[in-house]
Amino acid sequence: MFGFLAQRLFQAIIVVFAMSIIVFVGVYAIGNPIDVLIDPGATAEIRDNLIRQYGLDQPLWRQYLTFLGNVAQGDLGKSMVYNISVVDLVFSRLPATLELVLVSVVIATVIGIPAGLYAGYRPNGIAAKAIMALSVLGFSVPTFWIGMLLIMLFAVNLGWLPSGGRGEVGTIFGIPTSLATANGWSHVIMPAINLSLFKMGLLIRLSRAGMVEAMNTDYVKFARAQGLPDGQIVFRHILRNISIPIVTVFGLELGSTLAFAVVTESVFTWPGVGKLIIDSILQLDRPVMVSYLIMVVILFVQINLSVDIVYARLDPRVRLKGGK
Amino acid sequence: MIPALEVRGLTTRFATRKGYVTAVNNVSFSVAPGRIMGLVGESGSGKSVTAFSIMGLIDAPGEISAGSVRIEGEDMRQMTPEAQRKMRGRRVSMVFQDPMMTLNPVLRVGDQMAMAVQVHDRVSKKAAWERARDALDIVGIPAPTERLQAYPHQLSGGMRQRVAIATALLHRPAVILADEPTTALDVSIQGQILAEVRRLADDTGTAIVWVTHDLAVVSSLADDICVMYAGCIVERGTADQVINHPCHPYTHGLIQSVPSLHEPGRKLPQIPGSTPQLSQLPSGCAFRNRCAHATDLCRTDPPDAARGERRVLCHHPLEEEA
Repeated sequence: MFGFLAQRLFQAIIVVFAMSIIVFVGVYAIGNPIDVLIDPGATAEIRDNLIRQYGLDQPLWRQYLTFLGNVAQGDLGKSMVYNISVVDLVFSRLPATLELVLVSVVIATVIGIPAGLYAGYRPNGIAAKAIMALSVLGFSVPTFWIGMLLIMLFAVNLGWLPSGGRGEVGTIFGIPTSLATANGWSHVIMPAINLSLFKMGLLIRLSRAGMVEAMNTDYVKFARAQGLPDGQIVFRHILRNISIPIVTVFGLELGSTLAFAVVTESVFTWPGVGKLIIDSILQLDRPVMVSYLIMVVILFVQINLSVDIVYARLDPRVRLKGGK
Repeated sequence: MIPALEVRGLTTRFATRKGYVTAVNNVSFSVAPGRIMGLVGESGSGKSVTAFSIMGLIDAPGEISAGSVRIEGEDMRQMTPEAQRKMRGRRVSMVFQDPMMTLNPVLRVGDQMAMAVQVHDRVSKKAAWERARDALDIVGIPAPTERLQAYPHQLSGGMRQRVAIATALLHRPAVILADEPTTALDVSIQGQILAEVRRLADDTGTAIVWVTHDLAVVSSLADDICVMYAGCIVERGTADQVINHPCHPYTHGLIQSVPSLHEPGRKLPQIPGSTPQLSQLPSGCAFRNRCAHATDLCRTDPPDAARGERRVLCHHPLEEEA
């Protein structure tokens, strides 16, 4: 277990390094942020000063080394647009995204997995066919379009829910979150549903496929031959077996939703990190882009690690060890 | 004495696009307590479907369309599905072919066996584990307490099959259906398990139906033998009668094709052709296309013959050689 963790940590460091180089070069190639940042009427002197101030006159490798040096001291740089520390900027936006993702993942899991299990348990029933049709809609209809339809229906026509933004913030256990207030919930519920539809479709299909496969295995037949009722067979025999692929996809989806809930956040003007990164790209705010993407890499590495540990808990045949 | 298992006129069919296919056709036999009956046939002869029909585990599109299955006199087919479930594992249980697949890979052996105990008996988890340990002891597993803590992948194939048999034994059922349980094992392990099963039948009085395609296994293990062909039992008798004095040309052919029963140096006789598709059975006798003795009668009339306890489904049974 210790060897496994050490190996993973080492891999993570290499991945973060590689990622930082790719991002740095990629961002450099997009364009010169100074052209976007300053007033076109500014004098050449102001322009040159600014370029020197940000170190943009240096060659790329030197800029990168400076960046590494700063990172080593815990400084990820300052946003060129907001002129505050990138870390502060991201962490000011993160709670909003976290609560949105949390609610949407809970919705997707609570509805998706039971629906999928049922569809796999009675694959020829009408209910199963309806569930499968919905799951296809869930991940083939574009998110932004469903989002706009939801706004049309619930905000514009019915007037039940606000059309966007984050609600009042309260505190739960000392953590500031809009999930503490009713107003906050009224704001979060629509974007969360919107964000959950794709994941729900995916979870439905995965749990259905696993269930259909498991129902034909010998160990299920053997359990039935022992007189176990179907409920026990599903919950004590099958669920654990089919949760392995579900956990994998769940982990990946969790990561990508946290990092790139961009579309939903834009449609519902949700002040989260997805919207922050899109704005940064539009404004060529280099430090934010670079730091944010590196944080995303670290996030994914962490999620993958958690998934591996959960694997080992679920499947006794998997043993975590370092090396080959 | 009431037979442990009595099957009468059991018929199981499957709905297909082209109508019904009958996989088990009017099958009847009975097994007394402590006896072992070998149910022999080629792949697709309906022997496994027969076993699943007895368990009441036929899923759509299949259905049991006729017949009765009595466990110690009680007809399973007259019971509600819930009552049938309560029979399974308690009064009649089953062991499967591939021990690699029959145990759940993610649960400890003890948890799986304890679950099987607790489903029928309200006992504590601790008591259930003790019952499981005792059952492992009965089937000759060394260090049963440690084995209960193991996951299936940590056990060998033979060990896993013993675990499966022990699980089937947990409630001391009247009948155990064994669906080719030694086919996937090494010959030496197979021998051990056969000896163990024979001892179990003798000691506990459990009736055992041993489903197999392997005549050699059955000839050494079984008391009685039923030979199945295309869903029907074509010959039934004691092991001695069927093996040493086969009456049905199919049984005769099967015995002739067992290499170990054959003189060395001579060409091994074979049954020509292959098992017919159940959806395309010939008229009259299902075996006539492969039978050297077939006549016009076999083409038109399905055979229906019985000689007391021996049953031979043939118009031209071979004479019982002395």
